[in-house]
Amino acid sequence: MRPTDWLQLGLFIGILAAITKPLGIYLTQVLDPAGKTWLDPVLRPLEKLTYRLMGVNPWREHGWKGYTFAMLLFSAVGVLFTYAILRLQHLLPLNPQGLPALSPALAFNTAVSFTTNTNWQSYSGESTLSYFSQMVALTIHNFTSAAVGIAVAAALVRGIARHSAATLGNFWVDLIRSTYYLLLPICLVFAVFLVSQGMIQNFKPYDTAKLVEPITLPVGTIDAAGKPSTEPQTITGQTIAQGPMASQAAIKMLGTNGGGFTNANAAHPFENPTPLSNFMQMLAILAIGSGLTWYLGKTTNNQAHGWSVWAVMMILFVTGVLTCWWAEAHGNPIHQAMGVVAADGNMEGKELRFGIFNSSLFATVTTAASCGAVNSMHDSFTPIGGLVPLFMIELGEVVIGGVGAGLYGMLVFVVLAVFIAGLMVGRTPEYLGKKIHAFDVKMAMLALLVLTASILGFSAWAAASAWGRAGLNNAGPHGFSEILYAYSSCTGNNGSAFAGLTATPADGDSHYNVTLALAMLIGRFLMIIPVMALAGSLVKKNIAPPSAGTFPVAGSTFAILLLGTVLLVGALNFLPALALGPIVEHFLMLHEKLF
Amino acid sequence: MKTILAEIRPALVATLVIAVVCCGFYPLAVTGIAKLAFARQADGSLIVDKHGVIIGSSLLGQNFSGEGYFHPRPSAAGTTGYDATSSGGSNFGPTSQKLADSIRERVAAYRTSNGLAADQPVPADAVTASGSGLDPHISPANAALQVARVAKARALPPEKVTTLIASNTDRAAFGLLGVDGVNVLKLNLALDAIK
Repeated sequence: MRPTDWLQLGLFIGILAAITKPLGIYLTQVLDPAGKTWLDPVLRPLEKLTYRLMGVNPWREHGWKGYTFAMLLFSAVGVLFTYAILRLQHLLPLNPQGLPALSPALAFNTAVSFTTNTNWQSYSGESTLSYFSQMVALTIHNFTSAAVGIAVAAALVRGIARHSAATLGNFWVDLIRSTYYLLLPICLVFAVFLVSQGMIQNFKPYDTAKLVEPITLPVGTIDAAGKPSTEPQTITGQTIAQGPMASQAAIKMLGTNGGGFTNANAAHPFENPTPLSNFMQMLAILAIGSGLTWYLGKTTNNQAHGWSVWAVMMILFVTGVLTCWWAEAHGNPIHQAMGVVAADGNMEGKELRFGIFNSSLFATVTTAASCGAVNSMHDSFTPIGGLVPLFMIELGEVVIGGVGAGLYGMLVFVVLAVFIAGLMVGRTPEYLGKKIHAFDVKMAMLALLVLTASILGFSAWAAASAWGRAGLNNAGPHGFSEILYAYSSCTGNNGSAFAGLTATPADGDSHYNVTLALAMLIGRFLMIIPVMALAGSLVKKNIAPPSAGTFPVAGSTFAILLLGTVLLVGALNFLPALALGPIVEHFLMLHEKLF
Repeated sequence: MKTILAEIRPALVATLVIAVVCCGFYPLAVTGIAKLAFARQADGSLIVDKHGVIIGSSLLGQNFSGEGYFHPRPSAAGTTGYDATSSGGSNFGPTSQKLADSIRERVAAYRTSNGLAADQPVPADAVTASGSGLDPHISPANAALQVARVAKARALPPEKVTTLIASNTDRAAFGLLGVDGVNVLKLNLALDAIK
């Protein structure tokens, strides 16, 4: 844990804090249909044309049901659009490698994965997808699923801020404005920056490099009789995968999508060439989510509330980073006993240019948000180092969180926290002047319970089934961790993995692809529907003036209560499962037990 | 029912319009700007020899095993390692028997090939696979332990080799972000350029 690493951590949080307000101000302009931005001269005509083509009146607002319906319909169209392209990949243009169509289960999993902002990758990018599939079928969701998340968060915030009203905004306007004014311009600049660091952006077929030193290696093959054998094979070339990567990588970070252009994602030297590109990508992951907390404060006219929510997120974030970093820096005693330098920490699955600290920080950032891009292989982390990203996802990704999704997830916890505070003092709970009734608490609880049931239910099923255990890369408790991580990641719409798990086995078994896709759908839409119902209930209530008995939703008492609620719910739900995976593995590792 | 039908057109049109703007205009604009401003990077930072043949990318590691070359990190990309169409890590967990066995073998092999004592600690990056399997770097400590072997094989003074290590090290950005790493491919090319 070097001094420069502490400086990097301080710099990262300092910059994140500094961009929160400017981004929040901009979000306020973008999420107001009449808002003025400095991009109006360029984008306003495009925006108006889009509404005209869509046949949408931007001034007609939706109620919660209409808003939810429009969002669901749009998402359904998106799933079909992507599924069709992936199934027809071999007939479509921009496929210089001549890659074949995806199988139905894999295409379904991938279409759902990108529509739900999960970007779980059951496929390997460079060997499965054509440039057209990457650029159109997947990238469209990188934009739209992020914009949908922002739209839902904006609708909930409006539900909190407005009173005695019925409508929550126009879904189509929120979708289009978030895409055009927020995501597109930032990505344009960010993508060019990433190219300057060495990221590729081209439409060339793959290049072949003539190796400086041809190398002869024993290669494991399976002969005609099905017996594995090794044969020496001389390799003279290195095929270098190419493609339009930077344009996709920029939005995958900013939109907390996380789906890599390559299999190794942001660990690949093309997809994350330098420590500076790494730093900027981590900032991009948290930027919009952080700005949305300011938007919350501004819209509800209680900026202290917005910052209190931000502070709770940061406390959880820093705790996660320090724990993960500590565990990875201490490394693996089993390997150290074999003669590996102890001070180097656990380098398996990590890139040298990022080292221990930036790998641990990235792992925490990507799971605090629902991004899921990885710059190191979480599967090879130490047990406690791997527990941090897993637990971050299971907390509901409310630590900044996915764009929009993090804020509405956290607001569900806020409603629970004021409910608990109300129970403790024996008053009807109030949130920003609105009385919280049974219906509101039921919707908040429903949103949380759906996630828990999906994670634990599917994990239990897979762990007890032959198809579940067949996909594992590791035995012992680590194998269980792989399963638990997969369903946590998909339900939480994160998309990172303990990537040893094979979800698309060679024998064509589709259990994993289908159940993981279901977990993604449940985690996305069965969470959004109660959240929207909550927004619809809150928007109708009138606001009572604050009195001496009003529980303040800013300051340290509120922050501690919110922190406690998040941790308590997370711990109660998941501690037993975590004990069977990473926690027991930690103690087995200390006793040098191998599987 | 009427309101339901009324939302179908916006859903279809929005998908198509966003596809044109964000999946057509946007990547093409990025490609155009990148071609003008950063053509080398956009094409993969390729290294070309004097005959115009591509011999690698300065960002991607390659396998080296000869006595006279610096050796990169172990790689789990593809079946042969350093397969740039099949990036990825080993994904072995901390209590994996396979990983422990590999590390034990690699530690022994590293000590033998570099003439180290049997109790000499070995840098972690020399015996662990990277996340991408294409890591272009090794740590300066790992490079320093390989100097004697490379210098002997090439009949060069070790100081000369050490100087080349320093000039092929990618430093932490602003002396702060990231970790210093020795670019193995560039270093080995610099060694080949001496003779």
